[in-house]
Amino acid sequence: MAAGVAAWLPFARAAAIGWMPVANLPMPVAPTEKNKKQDELIVLNVSGRRFQTWKNTLDRYPDTLLGSSEKEFFYNEETKEYFFDRDPDVFRSVLNFYRTGKLHYPRYECILSYDEELAFFGIVPEIIGDCCYEEYKDRKRENAERLMDDQEDNKDSKLPNMTFRETMWRAFENPQTSTMALVFYYVTGFFIAVSVMTNVVETVPCGSVPNQKEVPCGERYTVAFFCMDTACVMIFTVEYLMRLFAAPNRYRFMRSVMSIIDVVAILPYYIGLVMTDNEDVSGAFVTLRVFRVFRIFKFSRHSQGLRILGYTLKSCASELGFLLFSLTMAIIIFATVMFYAEKGSSSSKFTSIPASFWYTIVTMTTLGYGDMVPKTIAGKIFGSICSLSGVLVIALPVPVIVSNFSRIYHQNQRADKRRAQKVQKARLARIRLTKTESSSAFLHSKRNGLFNEALELTQLPYKMSLSEQSSTKEEQHLGKSSSLLESQHHHLLHCLEKTTNHEFVDEQYYQQSYLEGGLQNYPQRSPSLSSQDGVTGTCCSRRNKKHNTPLRNASGPAHMQPLTHTQTHNRGLQELSTIHIQPLSTSRSSLNMRIDEPASLNCQSSQITTAIISIPTPPVTTPEGDAHLPTGPSHQNVVKVSAL
Amino acid sequence: MLNLDGLEIIAVLVVMALFIKVLEQFGMFEPVGGEDSIEDDFELSTVCHRPESMDKLEELTKFTKKELQVLYRGFKNECPSGVVNEDNFKTIYSQFFPQGDSSMYAHFLFEAFDTNKNGSVSFEDFVFGLSIILRGTINDRLNWAFNLYDLNKDGCITKEEMLDIMKSIYDMMGKCTYPTMQEDAPLEHVESFFQKMDQNKDGVVTIEEFIESCKKDENIMQSMQLFDNVI
Repeated sequence: MAAGVAAWLPFARAAAIGWMPVANLPMPVAPTEKNKKQDELIVLNVSGRRFQTWKNTLDRYPDTLLGSSEKEFFYNEETKEYFFDRDPDVFRSVLNFYRTGKLHYPRYECILSYDEELAFFGIVPEIIGDCCYEEYKDRKRENAERLMDDQEDNKDSKLPNMTFRETMWRAFENPQTSTMALVFYYVTGFFIAVSVMTNVVETVPCGSVPNQKEVPCGERYTVAFFCMDTACVMIFTVEYLMRLFAAPNRYRFMRSVMSIIDVVAILPYYIGLVMTDNEDVSGAFVTLRVFRVFRIFKFSRHSQGLRILGYTLKSCASELGFLLFSLTMAIIIFATVMFYAEKGSSSSKFTSIPASFWYTIVTMTTLGYGDMVPKTIAGKIFGSICSLSGVLVIALPVPVIVSNFSRIYHQNQRADKRRAQKVQKARLARIRLTKTESSSAFLHSKRNGLFNEALELTQLPYKMSLSEQSSTKEEQHLGKSSSLLESQHHHLLHCLEKTTNHEFVDEQYYQQSYLEGGLQNYPQRSPSLSSQDGVTGTCCSRRNKKHNTPLRNASGPAHMQPLTHTQTHNRGLQELSTIHIQPLSTSRSSLNMRIDEPASLNCQSSQITTAIISIPTPPVTTPEGDAHLPTGPSHQNVVKVSAL
Repeated sequence: MLNLDGLEIIAVLVVMALFIKVLEQFGMFEPVGGEDSIEDDFELSTVCHRPESMDKLEELTKFTKKELQVLYRGFKNECPSGVVNEDNFKTIYSQFFPQGDSSMYAHFLFEAFDTNKNGSVSFEDFVFGLSIILRGTINDRLNWAFNLYDLNKDGCITKEEMLDIMKSIYDMMGKCTYPTMQEDAPLEHVESFFQKMDQNKDGVVTIEEFIESCKKDENIMQSMQLFDNVI
């Protein structure tokens, strides 16, 4: 329930008068206010600055420091105020959160101090309102990156016991670590440059054989070039194998971009070795040589800027995609228009629409080769519009890419947006969780409240000593956990249930019961059980978590047994129905059994006995229900299916 | 004369259109029409309403000064302008019923609270209604409930009116209920209601029949006691 409208709860409860004459069942008892004090002002002294607010305002969020009894630790008896030795400026935002229900992040505040204050007062940062959330996240990310940059600078200290393999890997990744690494770094760089130069020079014509046509150098000095190529490929292969050996995670290394580039760079040579000088395959062989140019990408290990450029292009994929898409659209439109415009003129170069593509691209990128020119008036008009729009379409997405590059370059960060997306998902999940908590909170406390109610209703005659302990523990436990506001809200929802003669259940159970129509025969048991299961997961995990559950269960049926009999006689509709398998005398032994038994039996018995839910059933089905109870297996099968 | 082909005509038209746009930019060419209507919306939302003085309200209702203070603080917090309109009302009410759809019932409530039928509930309307429900006699409360059910305020509840009310209540439960909500559950409920309340079996429930039947029913009497301790 939104705490901001807590003040309207009396109104909502009053509005329930519309349900009363309609309801066929009696309403549940309203929660009483034990100490009905008038609302009082609280003074919060934060480092000398006094803030005052109503006590009710702070009670809106009971799971924070100011809303719970934790603030009593800070109470100052002499001055009758709560003293906090914290920053008063940030406290303003914190207190406004209680007042308005929205948490704002002041821009001038340092992110770390703000986070500390929030953590101190027990407020989760995820509830920062949308107006300030982006700013908060950006500042947080910048701060995290700054921390990481500082950390990276301190990584130079040599760690003692590193294996040879780890030393090698560190040497490869970070050339500044040792002289050997630096030498290796420069040698590989040199050989990459040599290899690329060789490929380039190979094609330059250096013919000086007089009466023949010019031949490229590659064919003239075949052997020399071949030796050079072999040497480079040897070095590259050795380097690749060494990296593969040193990599901590070989599979991941082999999938990384750099290693793929390495492989592609050296493969053509080996394929060329394997293939013979066949005429048929020489065409393919020539194509393979093209891939040798990929060696130039190996330079990206040596240049930080190149890596950042590659990362920027990857991260701006959406802008690039938009650019491409809009360009394609414009090209097709203008090509079509130009084709039809120029169709009339004779000897037009615009022979087809695809032929017009070339003209459109050249015009839109303002190249203007002049090999295709429109001759008609319409063609010229549309051509000019084409070139004007080309400038616009290309100029629009480019600044986005540029700003991205500059941001990444300045921050020197990798995988930034990916992390932000994960956190965004986590944040949305948490917000969704708090929203569904309000409805599931009612279901939870409905069961707790019913136990409490049932225990209150059953007075002395059938109380066993065991249950006395458990009931007082119950009341204490419940008194602590739910505030008056919560209990009143739950009472309201309870009245609605009584009015309409239906119950609230959670989504999971509803799906299950909707799919399996066959649960109609066992209305008493299955829904209660699987609703509990649905909320808490598995029956066994529930048993593990709350070990006082069996106590309650034991006391429950023991008391309910006589009560249901009297109730069925007195009232037309039964308010509380229970499943009691064991008679009263053996409940104690069954209690022991429940605790000691192994998992499966414990699950079953705890499932069956925790069916204390007020389900209105006509009295005629009760004896049937009891009679059906001994038919354990089929019934349990049904339960187990729904528990899944 | 220019021999203009089809496409050339289009080209010329395009050029003329662009020319006109350029003129508009320079402000030399006012387009016809196009009034600016954005600024009109700002004026409606600054309506402010101040309630009567507390002394007067204390006379007219059965609340003490402190209770009025608490109520007004909550009221003003949610509605700074001093009045609640129907959408706001529905939003506030729906926060208490996260699982279902409470808009229809909130609409009926709004109609019941808005006694002068001006489309908004002021603090006085709010407090008068609450005073009857929380501090009134049993007869007052039953009267108020009858007023809520009687949608057209003609003095009797017909089956259709009751069905609307019943559907709105059932809508608040939402989808995930146990047992699964059947289509005719509201109708059945209305039938049983009429069976209980309509004594002369004429198909409508008048105010006398309603009060009489409610007084005979112990459950209803007991549930009316619930409202004594709400504030």
